[in-house]
Amino acid sequence: MKQQWLAATAILAAGIGQAAAWEPTKPIEIVVPFSAGGASDQMARTIQGIIQKHQFTTQPIIVVNKPAAGGAEGMLDIQKSAGDAHKLITTSSGIFMTPMATKLALNWTDYTPVAMLAQDSFLLWVNAKSPYKSAGDLMTAAKSANPAMKIGGTSSKREDNLLVFAMEKQGGAKFAYIPYTSGGQASTQLSGGHVEANTNNPAEDLANWRGGATRPLCVFAEQKMAYTEKVADGQSWADIPTCASQGLNVSYQMLRGMFMPGKVGKEQQAFYVDLFKKVSETPEWKEYLARNALVPDYRDGEAFVSFLKADEQKHEKLMTEAGFMAK
Amino acid sequence: MDDFASLVAGFQVALSWHNVGFMAVGVILGIVVGVLPGLGGPNGVAILLPLTFGMDPTSAIILLSSIYWGALFGGAITSILFNIPGEAWSVATTFDGYPMAVQGKAAEALTAAFTASFIGALSGVVLITFVAPLVAQFALRFGPAEFFAVFLLTFCSFIGMGRENRAKIIASLCIGFLLAAVGLDSISGDLRMTFGSTELMRGFDFLIVVIGLFGVSEILLTVEEGLVFKGKQAKIDLMVVLRTWAGLPRYWATLLRSAVVGMWMGVTPGGAIAASFMGYGLAKRFSKRGKNFGKGEIEGVLAPETAAHAAGTSALLPMLALGIPGSATAAVLLGGLLVWGLQPGPMLFVEQKDFVWGLIASMYLGNLAGLIIVLATVPLFAAIMRIPFSFVAPVILIVCAIGAYTISNSIFDIWLMLVFGVVGYVFKKLDYPLAPMILALVLGDRAEDAFRQALLGSGGSLGVFWANGLVATLVVLALLLLCWGPAGDAIAALRGRRRTDPETAEATR
Repeated sequence: MKQQWLAATAILAAGIGQAAAWEPTKPIEIVVPFSAGGASDQMARTIQGIIQKHQFTTQPIIVVNKPAAGGAEGMLDIQKSAGDAHKLITTSSGIFMTPMATKLALNWTDYTPVAMLAQDSFLLWVNAKSPYKSAGDLMTAAKSANPAMKIGGTSSKREDNLLVFAMEKQGGAKFAYIPYTSGGQASTQLSGGHVEANTNNPAEDLANWRGGATRPLCVFAEQKMAYTEKVADGQSWADIPTCASQGLNVSYQMLRGMFMPGKVGKEQQAFYVDLFKKVSETPEWKEYLARNALVPDYRDGEAFVSFLKADEQKHEKLMTEAGFMAK
Repeated sequence: MDDFASLVAGFQVALSWHNVGFMAVGVILGIVVGVLPGLGGPNGVAILLPLTFGMDPTSAIILLSSIYWGALFGGAITSILFNIPGEAWSVATTFDGYPMAVQGKAAEALTAAFTASFIGALSGVVLITFVAPLVAQFALRFGPAEFFAVFLLTFCSFIGMGRENRAKIIASLCIGFLLAAVGLDSISGDLRMTFGSTELMRGFDFLIVVIGLFGVSEILLTVEEGLVFKGKQAKIDLMVVLRTWAGLPRYWATLLRSAVVGMWMGVTPGGAIAASFMGYGLAKRFSKRGKNFGKGEIEGVLAPETAAHAAGTSALLPMLALGIPGSATAAVLLGGLLVWGLQPGPMLFVEQKDFVWGLIASMYLGNLAGLIIVLATVPLFAAIMRIPFSFVAPVILIVCAIGAYTISNSIFDIWLMLVFGVVGYVFKKLDYPLAPMILALVLGDRAEDAFRQALLGSGGSLGVFWANGLVATLVVLALLLLCWGPAGDAIAALRGRRRTDPETAEATR
């Protein structure tokens, strides 16, 4: 009799234990520190669609864009929302670079890392009619160009600007870096022949590549990309050589991940880690990765934190060398 | 004619029962969204975007673009009735729309605005239907130097065409430039003039400034005049619509000019705002009744509305054909396209014919549905003007405050709105024009970016603004427009000295 009681209590306790696992109680807000239509926004809206389609949560997901001041508006919002477990923020390398370039009192260690979802590659693109066949051709031409050869990118003192700086340092040429407001604009300007090259992500120049207006020369990575399905000109992403193989030894990738505000509970964090793990395993997510040629690289917990630490150091070094740190 | 067959097929897609239903729902939602300042088209579309993920892409884009049309129509309502423009391109509509409403001609002003929007949008759609690929190619010729030249043209036409004191126009323009410079400078990546304040980091949002300068200051002025209701009791019925229509053919030249300006500015991305101001400025200069502009001239409502909507609609063209959004709403729609698995760009017209032509057909039908719905509501909205102002004013103020708060969920913005209300009041008392300040605030940082991008590329040489036929033509046109006004005044002054005509003397001041 007594044993039966014990068993019953145990079952009850287990039941309570399960009920105690945290669940969101109101709509979940995903803050996108970039404007609507950009790569981060597309990722957030894809995730929103996947979560709602598979009913991973009972609460609706809302995507909010807070793009002002190079994403600092969204980051400050999360900073102020410490303890709010119904908020998430999409992040890229901007999580290190915005504070470094502006001296704003922001630091990723004040947030709660949830999961890293992918890494984004950068490519060297030229106009389809351009005479350059490889990064080597382009660098040779750049050395004797006067005025300096124009390379377009997104905003100033950010990823594209760093890449162009690295190209200058590696190849001994001087470029005129033209910051545009989005990768889409940089791509359009390249197809109109207003710049000689750009350093867009795959997704940002995909449409113009397929439309026969631009073409990739090489990818800024140690290895070629993995996607072998034909995209344009009978080429796949995997057919694009690395820049290093063309004598331009520069490689750079950008993380794409999710953070929560600081001071949230362990079970709350665990809920979202589990959520994004599920998202990353859906066929829709894999399709999204393939469409945007993202490098699948899911990390959570300690693996994510150690990646962040190493990545922050790398960026600090790059930003200091380029002279992009705010004084 | 292949395109024509595609368009007919598109109409068949758009005219299915459920798509017509989505169209009506979209337009009504859009009007509601457009009437509330701060919510605006982009937000309305963004809020509803997730709901459409489960839908078939063609129905989804029909629903969302109908919201866009509805919001465009709705934006004119608050501009005319309360002097609060809901979107940047409705600012010019307030110049004559609001005075008309105050004179008891709200119904005429609304009818004129809606009809002009329709005509403008229709010209834009016709442009998209028949010359899409050609126009898309033209847009590609716009580099930083060309963009700057377009902005220069807008600023110069405003100074040259303005009838206010030119020194005051320039002063107002400069304050606008100053305000536009606050926040993150996208060329250097540095924060400017934020004085360490995180609130100022966002810069001055155009809507907050506009709500303050136009809406709040108007309330202050009215309060000063002792809350007397200025509007006349006009008899309002649906016949007003027909009577206004009967008078419209007289203004064909203005409508045509604005439509052309609008379409031209629309395909050069980001042109809707510039288009509305230019449409207004040109009408003011070329109209026989130009002197009455600003005092409630129906042409002053027709011109900017036609231009803005011709531009707004044409702006969807670069989005579809090139993947560059021409407006904020277009940007959200663009995000939607990607989520539905459609890649905007040159291939869209080839690979997704059904979708593209369904969308184009829905532009015709959505605008028609929008026009019918808004015209039916004209008496209803115009009747608001009969309510004594002392009742309406607090409601307007609350709506303004909510609008300002919603933009980025910040209480600071409400204070900012009130500050700009006082600024607007002082400006009006001192007879400084507000429009140039708004124009500079909206286009100032874009003009600056384009200018600096052009100089970065040319290694600092100003020759880049003279380097090809397109940019040179734009710059020459801008300088001509700039000198047109002063030159005209000088001639008038010379004649005036001989004849001492009191009217010209008054106009030149």
